[in-house]
Amino acid sequence: MADSHGVVAHHFDNFAQQHEASQLGMWAFLVTEIMFFGGAFLGYTVYRDAYTEAFSHASNHMDVVLGTVNTAVLIGSSLTVALAVHAAHDSKQKALLIYLFMTMALGMIFLGIKFFEYYHHYEAELVPGWRFDYQGADPRHAAIFFSFYFTMTGLHAVHMIIGIGMFLVLAFNSWRGRYSGVYYTPVELGGLYWHFVDIVWIFLFPLFYLLGRHS
Amino acid sequence: MISPRIYFTVFFALLALTALTTGVAFVDLGGVGNVVVALTIAVVKTVLVLLYFMHLRYSSRLTLIFAGAGIFWLGILVALTLSDYISRGWIGMFEAVLN
Repeated sequence: MADSHGVVAHHFDNFAQQHEASQLGMWAFLVTEIMFFGGAFLGYTVYRDAYTEAFSHASNHMDVVLGTVNTAVLIGSSLTVALAVHAAHDSKQKALLIYLFMTMALGMIFLGIKFFEYYHHYEAELVPGWRFDYQGADPRHAAIFFSFYFTMTGLHAVHMIIGIGMFLVLAFNSWRGRYSGVYYTPVELGGLYWHFVDIVWIFLFPLFYLLGRHS
Repeated sequence: MISPRIYFTVFFALLALTALTTGVAFVDLGGVGNVVVALTIAVVKTVLVLLYFMHLRYSSRLTLIFAGAGIFWLGILVALTLSDYISRGWIGMFEAVLN
């Protein structure tokens, strides 16, 4: 408890209250994130309802195998984060570091695959406003699909890059021995953020990769 | 604290649901069937992540209210917006019936 992070700040009654306040603060932030991504998902829904055919055909330009692999990679990174929080709780410093680095590695693999996909869309001239020469039917409305695709997966990727930066800081601090079973709140809150980003992808994947497959 | 065994169970359940949603996407379920199935699986996956990875099942009531508020307000956003878009053209339908 010698570490200044291990003591209760003066405006809290006890450690449990301080811990719960941190949790609630993180959830309040995540609620704003729900509304942020929620607006984008709603926009997608309205336009998909209006141009269902064009959206279905455009979504068939996505690589289902890469999308499925990336979903699995992201779910795996959520598992390693959960295990990292668990290791922090048990004061297992080495395990905590290993799980944090595994999470960052899986996050980088996801981003690598994602940018590989972006490159292929660029090659296939599917980037509205920059390099767009759509060969299928109704290119005007297919462009709307691709605009949503790049905006939403791009925002998701930005969140992942921020998350990896956050894990770097957490890894540095845990390497300095800042976290233990007594105090590991930042690891826990970082985990909440990462799981939220995972949930966003859980919806992005079917909406952009799968919905046009059966036709 | 949740045991790692539960994390692994949830992890494999999420992988299985991912395989299921990808597989079923290639089957024509007619009308909006594919959308309903895809979104249902996504919601089930989300609930698993929320309850176990994000510890909501073991959290305080206050935390649940915070998380629930986000979903509730998202519901308002979606419900009010879609009630507009879905009901456009209804006036024309009513007029056609009345005349």
